[in-house]
Amino acid sequence: VWETLQNLSLGFSVALSPAVLAYAVAGCVIGTLVGVLPGVGPLAGISLLLPATFGLNPTIAIVLLAGIYYGAMYGGSTTSILMRIPGEAASVMTCIDGYAMTQKGRAGAALAIAALGSFAAGTLSVVGLMLLAPPLASIALRFGPPEFTALLVLGLLALAAMSGGAMAKTLAMAALGLLLGTVGIDAMSGFFRFHYGLVELGDGIGIVPVAVGLFGVSEILLTAGAARPPEVRQPRLAELMPSREELKQSVGPVGRGTLLGFLVGIVPGSAHIVSSFLSYAVERRLSKRPEEFGRGAVAGLAGPESANNAAACGAFVPMLALGVPSGPIPAVMLAALMVHGVAPGPLLIDQQPALFWGFIASMYVGNLVLLVLNLPLVGLFVQMLRVPYPYFYPAILVFCLLGVYAVNQSVVDLWIMVGTAIAGYGLRKLGFEVAPIVLGLVLSPMIELSLRQSLALSSGSYLIFFERPIAAMMLAVAAALLALGLVPRLARGGWRRTLGLDAERPAEE
Amino acid sequence: VTGGPLRRAVAVLGHVPGDRFAGLVLAALAAAMVWETRKLPLGTLAGPGAGYWPLVLALALGALGLVIAWRGGASAALAALGWDEAPHAAAILAALAGAALLLERLGYRLTVIGLVAFLLGAVERKPPLVVAAVALGLALGSYFVFADMLKVPLPRGPFGY
Repeated sequence: VWETLQNLSLGFSVALSPAVLAYAVAGCVIGTLVGVLPGVGPLAGISLLLPATFGLNPTIAIVLLAGIYYGAMYGGSTTSILMRIPGEAASVMTCIDGYAMTQKGRAGAALAIAALGSFAAGTLSVVGLMLLAPPLASIALRFGPPEFTALLVLGLLALAAMSGGAMAKTLAMAALGLLLGTVGIDAMSGFFRFHYGLVELGDGIGIVPVAVGLFGVSEILLTAGAARPPEVRQPRLAELMPSREELKQSVGPVGRGTLLGFLVGIVPGSAHIVSSFLSYAVERRLSKRPEEFGRGAVAGLAGPESANNAAACGAFVPMLALGVPSGPIPAVMLAALMVHGVAPGPLLIDQQPALFWGFIASMYVGNLVLLVLNLPLVGLFVQMLRVPYPYFYPAILVFCLLGVYAVNQSVVDLWIMVGTAIAGYGLRKLGFEVAPIVLGLVLSPMIELSLRQSLALSSGSYLIFFERPIAAMMLAVAAALLALGLVPRLARGGWRRTLGLDAERPAEE
Repeated sequence: VTGGPLRRAVAVLGHVPGDRFAGLVLAALAAAMVWETRKLPLGTLAGPGAGYWPLVLALALGALGLVIAWRGGASAALAALGWDEAPHAAAILAALAGAALLLERLGYRLTVIGLVAFLLGAVERKPPLVVAAVALGLALGSYFVFADMLKVPLPRGPFGY
């Protein structure tokens, strides 16, 4: 404990230095804007702003990007509560009871409960991250290629099992992403695969154009033609104070949401999205008045909001300790760290203590900044939402163009963005989740390399995955997840619905 | 006669269940990828070559595509998904493709002016003065922030813009 406190004091000395503090605040504000604006979302937001961090030192860059990430988690709740528009996917569950509270005249209280819940969840989860990442990293040092292969396979299957909707569709999207990840020079043989004469594809298909195309541009394609803009309600500052009864009702859900979100966040997959669905289902199940859910239940707002913020934090545990992204957003952040010459993984904490602990401390600071900034600035964010969408989406498209081009100064990346935007539009229209594509794209080279290294170690024997206990255990869990998803009787109306994964989306209510 | 067969094809396609269509498209894509992997060394099960992993993935995608198509008979028909926004989306995509084509030829600022002017003027039918102001503001403002202040390298084109 003493060592952790000493490390944390080093972290705060980094995080409270004026430059880092300024970028943490900037990241939180930008992130909140990204979360508030429909059609951008944290993934596209981080991807777009990645080039702007190239000139910064690695600590500042990761602090800025992390601020954008959890700022976006925070900001997504504003549009969900006031307009029933989830600024990002994890806020879908917030729409249900948050908007219902707005309709009952409790918009201010709903915003305050979401902000307080997010603050509590964010702060407590950083404690978890701080305590869990170093021991996990020391365990990971004992991981060889078979364990990494098993971990990555587990991550993909966990994502498929935990995603809303049909498992076959999610697995197909993961396979598509993995397939896209095979484009480029094969790391083991040097063979240039699927290049079609484009030397720009040597390093493979970039995560930024794919993420921006699938999430940012496709969202614009789906919403720009909408006939009627949504109504915006603006609460008065005086209404922001929740009643004593509302505060009392939110304590339990915030605690449960934090724990659940953090645990789900550690597991690879679309953690922050899944966690809010799970938390909503848990709160409805535990509630003495489940009939109030969907009609403005405080627990239905506080639980999911806390869970998605805790999961955002938990997702950093495998990224920092193992170097394995647990979802598309940590994958982009991992890519950002690599651009800056930092290799996340078990050695990061020992080799770059200032970066790791500075990042942890900046998350404490960031949570406080978000709480202090967000509530008074709600009015400003709402005013921004009044800008008509026809003026708004060309600006987002300009940033997409700029952000994607700037990463590699490559027009090929722009064409990849256009292609994935078309694919994203079609796939989302047909009810496919596109997040597994991004995760598959990132994990594919890692899985392939560790698989082939494992086989080289074992002279071609696949038994290596079952002879090593950690790898065998992870593969057993992966197989169990696959079986749970594929057995129709269990999948249909069974555990997935109980956990809220097959819950109705608010738009369908 | 013009457009007759196309219209009939679209009408027929509209009745196809969405999941069945998506599953078959994925299976076709997988088949194309399997075909492409023939150019790569496969290696063996014990010593996989550069084509092994893509082949495994393409086969998995094909199988999943067929499962989706097989189980997708009861899903909503393509026509029922509502495609009102599709012409709008096509115009935006065309503008974006044009921008990708012109970015390095004309330079960032001229391309952005063209992109925004097309979207606001031709697609959204906004007044010309507003279009000009927004297009110029976005192009010059974003260039100033990203290229001048943050030193993000953006193309200038033959005219220096």
